[in-house]
Amino acid sequence: MTGTDAVQSDGVQSDDVRPDVIPSAALTLGDDALILSHRLGEWAGHAPVLEEEVALANIALDLLGQARVLLSMAGDEDELAFLREERSFRNLQLVEQPNGDFAHTIARQLYFSFHQHELYAELAAGDGPFAPLAAKAVKETAYHRDHAEQWTLRLGDGTPESRARMRAALDALWKYTGEMFQPVDGVDGVDWAALEDRWLAAVGAVLERAGLTLPEGPRSGAWAAGAGRQGLHTESFGRLLAEMQHLHRSHPGASW
Amino acid sequence: MVAVTPETGQDSGLGADLGAQLAAAFDAAVAAEERVEPRDWMPEAYRASLVRQMAQHAHSEIIGMQPEANWITRAPSLRRKAILMAKVQDEAGHGLYLYSAAETLGTSRDELLDKLHSGKQKYSSIFNYPTLTWADVGAIGWLVDGAAITNQVPICRCSYGPYARAMVRICKEESFHQRQGFELLMALSKGTEAQHAMAQDAVNRWWWPSLMMFGPPDDESAHSAQSMAWRIKRHSNDELRQRFVDIAVPQAEALGLTLPDPDLKWNEERGHHDFGAIDWAEFWDVLKGNGPCNEQRIGQRRRAHEEGAWVREAAAAYAEKHSAHHAAQNAATNEEAGV
Repeated sequence: MTGTDAVQSDGVQSDDVRPDVIPSAALTLGDDALILSHRLGEWAGHAPVLEEEVALANIALDLLGQARVLLSMAGDEDELAFLREERSFRNLQLVEQPNGDFAHTIARQLYFSFHQHELYAELAAGDGPFAPLAAKAVKETAYHRDHAEQWTLRLGDGTPESRARMRAALDALWKYTGEMFQPVDGVDGVDWAALEDRWLAAVGAVLERAGLTLPEGPRSGAWAAGAGRQGLHTESFGRLLAEMQHLHRSHPGASW
Repeated sequence: MVAVTPETGQDSGLGADLGAQLAAAFDAAVAAEERVEPRDWMPEAYRASLVRQMAQHAHSEIIGMQPEANWITRAPSLRRKAILMAKVQDEAGHGLYLYSAAETLGTSRDELLDKLHSGKQKYSSIFNYPTLTWADVGAIGWLVDGAAITNQVPICRCSYGPYARAMVRICKEESFHQRQGFELLMALSKGTEAQHAMAQDAVNRWWWPSLMMFGPPDDESAHSAQSMAWRIKRHSNDELRQRFVDIAVPQAEALGLTLPDPDLKWNEERGHHDFGAIDWAEFWDVLKGNGPCNEQRIGQRRRAHEEGAWVREAAAAYAEKHSAHHAAQNAATNEEAGV
């Protein structure tokens, strides 16, 4: 299990850090992984079946491992995770959305993991500062994508109830997906428009196999697409940070 | 244990005495340290005793996820968060191995989960105590996992093969968790004054319940004698408890923390530590359901199961549709091929 890797490594590996990295870009990708990992961690002890306790924790651990590498490219991982205010986080609004029912979690995974996999595959193929990390992470994201796909098929083509729940979840989260394809400064060599096309085709194909269709409607929320990247988040995000940061902040300067 | 399979018993024409002969052969084989495997003949009481113990063990793993998962979202560093998530994930994995091992005795995971949810089967009472501070995560790792390892290492030599083999893997991971818990407490103990106090408070609260994990004193233990004869259990509750105390005392010193027992002292004559009287009234009370978190733990477990029912139904419906689809495809292929 990937968890063991995270446990055995006390920090990040220096070969992942390159001098040409733009800190804000590392933070942007790192925040996505950090916050989604946190949400998935909330499932521990609540999953619908024991195998999913293992699978969701596995994905959460992969993402946390990526977040630690990326945040460390931008500075001290713990200072960045625990001492920034809400407006300084650059993660997508999609990844901070509450878990909801299992269908919402799977829809969020479907949207994000297909995006992350396409993005990391492209970064891994290039020679930019994120290439070494992306080359490792793309193996993980391939599994995340597969997990989301398998559950989308089961829920979409399972019972009338599961189908209705999956439909509702896909629709509810659709408006947060546009933001994923806004270019990120410092994440170079990515053709974002082509990435979006590939994402639409890949997610659309999964939904078709599941007997579902891509939702319709705008792909940006009440804020313009790109809001999360500018530090504009949704209301539940403040509570997520309050919970995540309170212990660390309660003991300034302490080591753990 | 090929010697006592029903087939060979019948072949040798044992007739009406078959049961008694099988039982005698079983007892002899177990006494000779032979491993019992799923297809071997075994006394019904042996089977029932193993199912009870393995189920309780599996349930303890999955209920035991809760008090620690309680701190995943609040872990104070990303490194600690990764360690804790991996640990809780390991517990789910242990639950999986143990339910699978119990299935080899002819009982399904669903059946066992129903018994957990209805209260017919128990889980370790230790998990009915709350995790109130971050230091509790360390105290659970050091003391609760430490006590569990002391209990479980001998089960690696249990007479029932699938249980013994599951335990080998589980014990390796548990000892990793125990070291992590110790290391977490060490960081707190050597940290700020507030962190040190947090660690001491957690140890004060978890010490006595950890000693209770070994079960009632030997003269009050309902299942002990038979389990020892069947080589399911290797040492008495009191022996294991003593072993744990003797291991924990120097570790507490290394941590710079004290154990909350004024009677705890080395006894030169016995070559062991003496320790104070355990409050067995508290133990029985928590076991009966009156601990601080009994309702909360089982309530969360039931809720997760009920709220997940539609997901499991969807997966089952999907699997059925697609296996039916496969079967139809195969039939069509066979027909075309003229089979």
